Amino acid sequence: MMGNRMRNNTLTLLAVVGLAAFLWWADGNFDGYKIQIMNLIAINAILAVSLNLIYGFTGMFSLGHAGFMCVGAYVSSLLILPSSQKQAIYILEPLIAPLQTAHAPFVVAVLLGGLVAAIFGLIIALPVLRLGGDYLGIATLGFGEIIRVFANNLVPITNGALGLKGIPDYANLWWNYGFMLFTFYFIFRIVNSNFGNALKAIRDDEVAAKAMGINTYKYRVTSFTIGAFFAGIGGALLASLLTTIDPKMFLFIMTFQVLMIVVAGGLGSITGSLIGAVVITILLEWLRFVENPITLGSFEIPGIPGMRMVIFSLSLVLIILFRREGLMGMRELSWDSLFRRFSKRGEAE
Amino acid sequence: MSERRIILKTPGLTMRFGGLTAVDNFDIEVQEGRIVGLIGPNGAGKTTCFNMITGFYIPSEGNIFFYDEEITGLSTHKVCAKGIARTFQNIRLFYNETVLQNVMIGAHLRQKSSWWQAPLNMPSFLREEKEVKDRAMFLLEKVGLADLAGEQANSLPYGEQRRLEIARALATQPKFLLLDEPAAGMNPQESWELMHFIQKTRDDFGLTILLIEHDMKVVMGVCEHIWVLDYGKLIAEGPPEEIQANPKVIEAYLGEEYLENA
Repeated sequence: MMGNRMRNNTLTLLAVVGLAAFLWWADGNFDGYKIQIMNLIAINAILAVSLNLIYGFTGMFSLGHAGFMCVGAYVSSLLILPSSQKQAIYILEPLIAPLQTAHAPFVVAVLLGGLVAAIFGLIIALPVLRLGGDYLGIATLGFGEIIRVFANNLVPITNGALGLKGIPDYANLWWNYGFMLFTFYFIFRIVNSNFGNALKAIRDDEVAAKAMGINTYKYRVTSFTIGAFFAGIGGALLASLLTTIDPKMFLFIMTFQVLMIVVAGGLGSITGSLIGAVVITILLEWLRFVENPITLGSFEIPGIPGMRMVIFSLSLVLIILFRREGLMGMRELSWDSLFRRFSKRGEAE
Repeated sequence: MSERRIILKTPGLTMRFGGLTAVDNFDIEVQEGRIVGLIGPNGAGKTTCFNMITGFYIPSEGNIFFYDEEITGLSTHKVCAKGIARTFQNIRLFYNETVLQNVMIGAHLRQKSSWWQAPLNMPSFLREEKEVKDRAMFLLEKVGLADLAGEQANSLPYGEQRRLEIARALATQPKFLLLDEPAAGMNPQESWELMHFIQKTRDDFGLTILLIEHDMKVVMGVCEHIWVLDYGKLIAEGPPEEIQANPKVIEAYLGEEYLENA
């Protein structure tokens, strides 16, 4: 067993080194479009695994992810935007004084974005997590909308519907994948500790969890806040990657996209969220062709904008109908399971 | 006989749901170290009593004292922290988790380290996690499920699920254990084993056990004192022999006619 652990740690380390080598290679050889997709994969993975902690591991159906992303994006962007750029883009009303000069290095800005999102998460969690099930979903959905409406109307802070432009594009492959590894490590450690077991207990049977002395309310609030923190980080990275944000970016569709990754990857599976992020992000790009005019023989289908979201909604319905547990279910892809699979195949031959 | 401490006292405990009085003036005193039983026909209010004691229901009237300390209306997890653990009539395990994880979840209550120490890999955290795991394994050995530690809880046969639920309750380090129909669905052989298991558990862990049970062989075989509940009211109490001979109890269980014809 001890040997296995050594082997697994070595393999994990090798995988990280391999990823780094691949990123280094991709950085030099891939075109901008492919690199953008790779960046989106990392950010989507962060968002998915943070929602998975809330929904997949603790069983809280939350639809407020876009709200936390929005908070993280605005906080971090305001901290990395140069003062001159701030003056240039705040046309309607000037930015309030302390924010005008506020500045922080990129890492600090992203982490602060996460932190403020976590504070928002805590504030919303305290009243809302008294609810359960569908009510929670509706309440968090409302919260996400409230954040967006605030972003739209708090013009002296958010620049309203004009949004922020010219955000420095610090979020390159290294930052995004670095934060992704940090997020995965953090959530993996939590989920695999006995604290994580307690969260899963709440998901499986809240009544029994209470009877086992677990303060389920407190634990749910904790899990929700941690999830909000990483959602904020994902939002902050996304803002810097796209260099421009506005309130319309954080519509419900954003939450839906993250939810789709989590459900497709497997509720309660960390590696599932990673696989889901890779698959869904690539598919979302690849499926763009359906929005262009297609010629089938003599028959021409005109391009319909938004068609790929229709296809994705349909596929989510299909997943829920036919493979509710997603790609991975609650299982994890681990070195042990890989070795077992290969050795079994070896025996069969 | 030496004087035993009173572990649980429930003066005038009453539970009303709207106009229905489910439990009326439930008044018992449980001596420390005893195995005692609560019996009665279906719907008599036995599980409601459990739910009041463990904080799932707040009693409409009356108080609950655990070793002279009032615990009335305390929330469920706090009651458990005080040292009262329970099992459920319809087994409630954490079915997606392994047998070992189930017991570890029970032990989580006594863990001191908090969640943020997990990503930091702090030595004190790792040590405590290992202690919890070892203790969970120890308990699984005690209930004879150590071989199945890695299995998912829902793959266990019924009888073993019952034992796992007891192991999980023991992991919270209780002083007082409430078992809700531990022998339900067991064959005579299994329930006979269960009786010995309950007695052995009490002795090994220095517990006091209150159990609800329909299997009269188990109740009469293992309980030192029995309370009988019918339509929410206590109709009798005493040692098993007395209860068996009590006409009120026979009437509650078998009806008036049975007594007349006997």
